[in-house]
Amino acid sequence: MPLVEMKRITKRFSGVVANSNVDFSVEYGEVHALLGENGAGKSTLMNILYGLYHPDSGEIYIDGVKRVFRSPSDAILSGVGMVHQHFMLVETQTVWENMILGMKMPFVLPKKQIIKKIAELSEKYNLKVNPLSNVWQLSIGEQQRAAVLQMLYRNAKVLILDEPTAVLTPQESKELFVTIRNMTALGHSVIFISHKMNEVMNETDRVTVLRKGETAGTVNTKSPDTSQELLSEMMMGRKVSFDINKPKRDLGKVVFDVNSICASNDRGGAALKNISFRIRKSEIFGVAGVAGNGQLELCEAIYGLRVAVSGYVKINEKDLTNASARALMDCGVHYIPADRRSTGMVTALDVKSNSILTDYWIPPISSGNSINWKEAGNQAKSIIEQFNVSTPSVNTAVKNLSGGNLQKLMLGRELSNSPEVLIVMHPTWGLDVSATRYIRERIISASETGTAVLLISEDIEELLALSDRLAIIFKGEFMGIIADPKSMPIEKIGLMMAGTHISEVL
Amino acid sequence: MDTVSMILAAAVRSGTPILYATLGEILTEKVGILNLGLEGIMLMGAFSGFVVSLTSGNPWIGFAAAFIVGCLMGLIHAFLCISLNGNQVVCGLALTMFGTGLSSLLGRNYFGVAIQGLQNWNIPILSDIPIIGQVIFSQDALVYLSYILVAVMFFFLNSTRPGLNLRAVGDNPHAADAMGLPVVRIKYLYTVVGAGIVAVGGAYMSIVYNKFWAETMTAGRGWIAVAMVIFAIWNPIQAALGAYLFGGIEALQLRLQATGTSVPMAILLAMPYVITLFVLVVISIRKGNGIKAGAPASLGVPFYREERD
Repeated sequence: MPLVEMKRITKRFSGVVANSNVDFSVEYGEVHALLGENGAGKSTLMNILYGLYHPDSGEIYIDGVKRVFRSPSDAILSGVGMVHQHFMLVETQTVWENMILGMKMPFVLPKKQIIKKIAELSEKYNLKVNPLSNVWQLSIGEQQRAAVLQMLYRNAKVLILDEPTAVLTPQESKELFVTIRNMTALGHSVIFISHKMNEVMNETDRVTVLRKGETAGTVNTKSPDTSQELLSEMMMGRKVSFDINKPKRDLGKVVFDVNSICASNDRGGAALKNISFRIRKSEIFGVAGVAGNGQLELCEAIYGLRVAVSGYVKINEKDLTNASARALMDCGVHYIPADRRSTGMVTALDVKSNSILTDYWIPPISSGNSINWKEAGNQAKSIIEQFNVSTPSVNTAVKNLSGGNLQKLMLGRELSNSPEVLIVMHPTWGLDVSATRYIRERIISASETGTAVLLISEDIEELLALSDRLAIIFKGEFMGIIADPKSMPIEKIGLMMAGTHISEVL
Repeated sequence: MDTVSMILAAAVRSGTPILYATLGEILTEKVGILNLGLEGIMLMGAFSGFVVSLTSGNPWIGFAAAFIVGCLMGLIHAFLCISLNGNQVVCGLALTMFGTGLSSLLGRNYFGVAIQGLQNWNIPILSDIPIIGQVIFSQDALVYLSYILVAVMFFFLNSTRPGLNLRAVGDNPHAADAMGLPVVRIKYLYTVVGAGIVAVGGAYMSIVYNKFWAETMTAGRGWIAVAMVIFAIWNPIQAALGAYLFGGIEALQLRLQATGTSVPMAILLAMPYVITLFVLVVISIRKGNGIKAGAPASLGVPFYREERD
């Protein structure tokens, strides 16, 4: 009898099927991966198991007993715990307060007892975190440990981890897998949501693949027939090659010159400390780092969206420090922000309006004091055609497009102006494999036509595949610039991401 | 009683309605709901408290009635903002207009009537302490109750299980939900109870402070309380300090009027409101340091569980 059994689960969101007749089971003491592309229904299925969503049909059995979870507290009582990708921690509260949130407790909280129990659990599972710290003061890795402890504190028998390594450095990921093995040795089962094939192959016992909301199959990872190729075929329903072809280009003169930029974050602390780099024509310059180390502030400071308190930004020798975004666009600098739904697009407007956002003041789109909508429509159509955007029409509101199509539209909008410099942040974040591949190819082809690209990403594989040079950012400082990223062992890049300077790594 | 003690005692008394309103709003905002209907709720509390005191002859029943009416007003706000996910600012403004209008309409026949109200009660021994005794311990029971409420609320918010739950819901309702807390029920509870406490502040105006009813008698104190919540960084103890500071300005203003200064009366009357604006400017400038610690992160944001892009 399995520990968890989900039978014929179906869930729709306003008519769209997220899960359709999905079967899923977890044995005692195993690490079970749930693999699938974005939008395949992994998180939905797990949120159902955790009681956050209610299935339209289907049954859940825990220890062979049928359960109906009306809310997460029901799931927790049955021994199901979940650590979400965005940790469900209250940032303004301390770790110990978060531990007992929602639990049965005396009216006045027994702080000492709680802290003692946290210390015991920390010891037992080797999860170090200071119970007296405020959550917002913790690093991402520490927050994750706190979130795992939170579930162990509730005696979770089965622990769901939603893409736990997405926010970690390679070293932190390794530690996490040690912890997971600790937990299974102590009798817990772990469900591991991922779309990273190598992790699934190396770190799990079995894997269930979801495709478009349906079960594509369950296989043993250790069986000799299982391979990354097989899994990716199950995921996508066809064979896909992962190698991306980057032709050799001749790099030209320096186009983009950023020197000793300093800037503050929203709380007034230092976000950027003396960031300097130069990008040459046709060059792709990557910036790697764990989320929240100043990447967003860097983009904003050089794009006129945040004040650079010192240093300069030059485009083709022209000083554009703290110039407006419009002035930068007029000089051929274009920016594709990470948050495409709130910064990059006006999602309530239609495709046509969005496709002219960065050039509506320039003829032929602008004509006198009004906008030439016919020309705007033509421009939108040409972007849609050239960049394979799938949309019912140019009059469709952008909020109805999928993430991949939205990103293609935005990339098309910025590239149609053949920019001198393209700043692009997390271009493939949350996209499926085919859209990811497409976006990466278009970035490479833009660089071939002479665009200098600043690529900021958290995806190491993406950075290694695309970048000519790679800088590592940590707490607003470059830990070094790697001249030949492909020849650098990934462990060393990981060390730099954790704050070691390049001179100590080499 | 010397002049200084008298002004300070008056400061506490005129700060008390603002203090109740601020405490009630802190409770509501801490759970993530912004209620801008304070002015209307206070007026409804002032009116209902007055009428019930008058007819029953017992000011305590008056306060109880005001609390219940306030809770009902809070329930309207909770239903609109939590169940229907309405815009909290718009609902709050509507509640202010509703309360102002309804209390004026119903109160037409009560204008000019006076009641006994609640009398001062000097606490034995404590009230004999020089100055402090006269300022703090020679007041009425509702003032003493507000001292207790400040302490209880501070302890409740910071050291108890329901207080922790309340803060969690206001800071991150999704986390609270994932940890199994009944988010909607908790939001309802404190929106309703908070409004009840606000209404008690209004009733203090008609039952104790003036001992009569007049339309729009709260004269913007509800709005001052909204600003006071920010001034206090959502901390009940700082709320008391802020409320008495404003009470002090008002007492001083009355005093100056009585002594007949050459400063025009309109300027004196406007003083508390000008100071409110000034305080908001100061707070906005130092924003980022203190604010983050107290401000509920999800304030004003509707909560949906099954939200999808």
